[in-house]
Amino acid sequence: MTTFANILRRVRKSRAVLISGGLLLGIVVAAIAGPALSPHDYLQTNFNELLQRPATTGFRFFGTDDLGRDLFVRSMLGVQVTIIVAIVASVVSLVIGVTYGAVAGYFGGRVDALMMRFVDTLYALPFIFFVILLMVAFERNFLLIFVAIGAINWLDMARIVRGQTLSLREREFVDAARLTGVSAPRIIFRHIAPNLIGVVIVYVTLTIPQAILVESFLSFLGLGIQEPQTSLGALVDAGVNQMEGASWMLLIPAALLATILLCFNFLGDAMRDVFDARDAQ
Amino acid sequence: MSLLSVDGLTIGYAGQPAVRNLSFTMEKGESVGLVGESGSGKTQTAMAVLGLLPAQAKVSGSIRFGETELLGASEKLLNALRAQSMAMVFQDPMQALNPFVQIGSQLRRILLHHGLAEGSQAQTRVMDMLERVGLPDAKRQYRAYPHQLSGGMRQRAMLASALIAEPQLLIADEPTTALDVTVQAQILELLEELRKDTALLLITHDLGVVAGHCERMLVIAEGGLVEQGTTRQVFAQPQHEHTARLIAAAPRLDRTDIPDAKPAEMVLEIAAAAVSYTEQQGDSLHAVRGVDLSIHAGETVAVVGESGSGKSSLVRAALGLVPMRSGRVVFCGSALEGPVQTRSRKSRRGLQLVFQDPVGSLNPQMRVASIVAESLLVHEPGTSAEMRREHVTAMLEKCGLGEQYLDRYPHELSGGEAQRVAIARALILEPKVLVCDEAVAALDGTVRQQILALLRTAQEESGLAIIFITHDLAVVRAVSHRVLVMYMGALVELADNATLFAGARHPYTRALLEAVPVPDPEHPGGRATLRGEVPSLLSPPSGCTFHPRCPHAREICAAETPRERTVGGSTVACHRAEEI
Repeated sequence: MTTFANILRRVRKSRAVLISGGLLLGIVVAAIAGPALSPHDYLQTNFNELLQRPATTGFRFFGTDDLGRDLFVRSMLGVQVTIIVAIVASVVSLVIGVTYGAVAGYFGGRVDALMMRFVDTLYALPFIFFVILLMVAFERNFLLIFVAIGAINWLDMARIVRGQTLSLREREFVDAARLTGVSAPRIIFRHIAPNLIGVVIVYVTLTIPQAILVESFLSFLGLGIQEPQTSLGALVDAGVNQMEGASWMLLIPAALLATILLCFNFLGDAMRDVFDARDAQ
Repeated sequence: MSLLSVDGLTIGYAGQPAVRNLSFTMEKGESVGLVGESGSGKTQTAMAVLGLLPAQAKVSGSIRFGETELLGASEKLLNALRAQSMAMVFQDPMQALNPFVQIGSQLRRILLHHGLAEGSQAQTRVMDMLERVGLPDAKRQYRAYPHQLSGGMRQRAMLASALIAEPQLLIADEPTTALDVTVQAQILELLEELRKDTALLLITHDLGVVAGHCERMLVIAEGGLVEQGTTRQVFAQPQHEHTARLIAAAPRLDRTDIPDAKPAEMVLEIAAAAVSYTEQQGDSLHAVRGVDLSIHAGETVAVVGESGSGKSSLVRAALGLVPMRSGRVVFCGSALEGPVQTRSRKSRRGLQLVFQDPVGSLNPQMRVASIVAESLLVHEPGTSAEMRREHVTAMLEKCGLGEQYLDRYPHELSGGEAQRVAIARALILEPKVLVCDEAVAALDGTVRQQILALLRTAQEESGLAIIFITHDLAVVRAVSHRVLVMYMGALVELADNATLFAGARHPYTRALLEAVPVPDPEHPGGRATLRGEVPSLLSPPSGCTFHPRCPHAREICAAETPRERTVGGSTVACHRAEEI
């Protein structure tokens, strides 16, 4: 049986992966299909239907907000933004972090010292200060949020990958490749990177909730997504203002956010077990 | 009544039997060897006797210690028996000793736990025991932590902890496999001397060890007993063909069928090679101190020495895997310099290496076909994927692996199969020189023979030169034309196979030869003629580095470094080579 099939089999056996994965999949499908199916629009204000309670009739599952906009559609839109943040952050941290870390670890010595001190320097920048600086320099912008989050997330990944690479490059199969004349880039991508997969996948599933949280935090502070666009963080922010009269405006986006975060955390934990089991075999 | 009687012992894991219907008995004070290849169930049997099997093991049958039934006995009963009545010596003492507790305290706890001694009396007894196992300066070693001792000293401490409560049964599981041959001889002699009335169950894959130290022997294969009898009987007339095969595959020193090397051009020359490593405190560790070695096409040269002799460093420096401090490497007429990645494609193609750990030297994420094809991809980028696959299939076939192996991953291979893949990867480039770094050390006897035969065929077909790094003199005897013996980074003796094994000139070479256990109960070998262990490379002894351990040392040996010279067909570095 191949390694991949082996992992797949264990994923199937793990209940935590199945439940949290299924729940996430459901939420994502709803976030994509929901707004299309709903007769309401995320922009459409309706002064006849301010602060409606959630109801099963008239496609008002989550009720409306203080401007009469449909909360279901807006929440699903928020989930979309959240998921995009998750994907972008993980891709950025994956591509930059893995390459950077593997290169630093493989070459070692002075190259490694220089590259890792650069990472340390970026670490030392206070994050919020960094975001505010970006906002001032480039005005507010949807893309900027992603850049800011990605720029933070790859640092951890680079450190972890570098550590793993340092031990991998001492392994005999790497020596064997060097002896047969395999070039350094090929060693990094063919021999080192595939052996990092376990650690990297686990770490990615753990950075995703972190990125989501940062985005929500920025939006809550008003530094993130701009009205009328929205995200779960922005929705929670709006909900806080209406907490007394319309608790659902706070509770629904908050519950969605919590569920997504929990699912990713469980998934990360379970993934770690799945890959550990491979080592034990 | 027997001391230990095992009856119909069967151990299984998830439906896979590890031991099947095994029965044997041991009498008081007897020494019994338990022999088998890896995976035959030797260790499982020992663990079952001590009640140390993991919970998921399914065990049936009966194990009686005297009158007491051990299978299914309470943990309390087993705890009372362990150490006091039966004890175990493990292969790796670093794993078996608690790294956070001083050696003396570990031993004292055994006495206190079983109520065998108290207070200062316990301390005296521990001190006494440490002295008896030959730990120098027992007072200091009492306070030492396991990591502060050398491998041999640690195994002595382990032996002390096993014997301190004077058990009736001692189980030793490959107690000397991780040790150098001279230290192995010391430990086995010590074991013999100390155990007196204690019965010994010695688990080993090494028939030489059994021949020298056991009265009776049990041979198991695939979890079942295939033969038992007195050691002499079994060696003289093995009843089962498996036993006969094991004995035939056991490495011997007294004969070789290696043909003479034909004169041929020199392919690799290493001159005055020196390798140093910088330790954490900035001290220089001189691993290799000026060694010359040349090798011709079609020839096998063995590089022999105990751990720390610099044999691996020498060859790795020549290959460009570790930096060389000084010296010259010439490959087929052109000088090689710098690390391997800066060297010419031709030289990288011509020099290949096979590693000790066959599985570790294969990328776990790649299939066998891609592993072998990769080197082709680098050196013959023009070829099509089909041609490469054909070439790889043919090469694997030559190395004894059929087409069904192409799509396997390394973890799906046995040690021998993985080593064949590693050899195929190296040979597919048609190298001029193949370096085998302990390439058969991790393999069982019969598999080892097959791999050696494979290498020899490759040599006969293509005039391949082979450098064989090993600590195992029996392998040297079987494969090499010439032998380089190293000690603490320098040459001590260089001679051809016949000369070296018939009349070694250097006292170190002789000691090595005497320490090798021979699978012959009439002349078992394995004598410990050297005291102590290899000194630290950080502070090598003055003059001849071997003088502190040498039985023939004179004043001059401590004062002057001996020069290499030719004595009776050997190149030897010893002041007294002519006289002794």
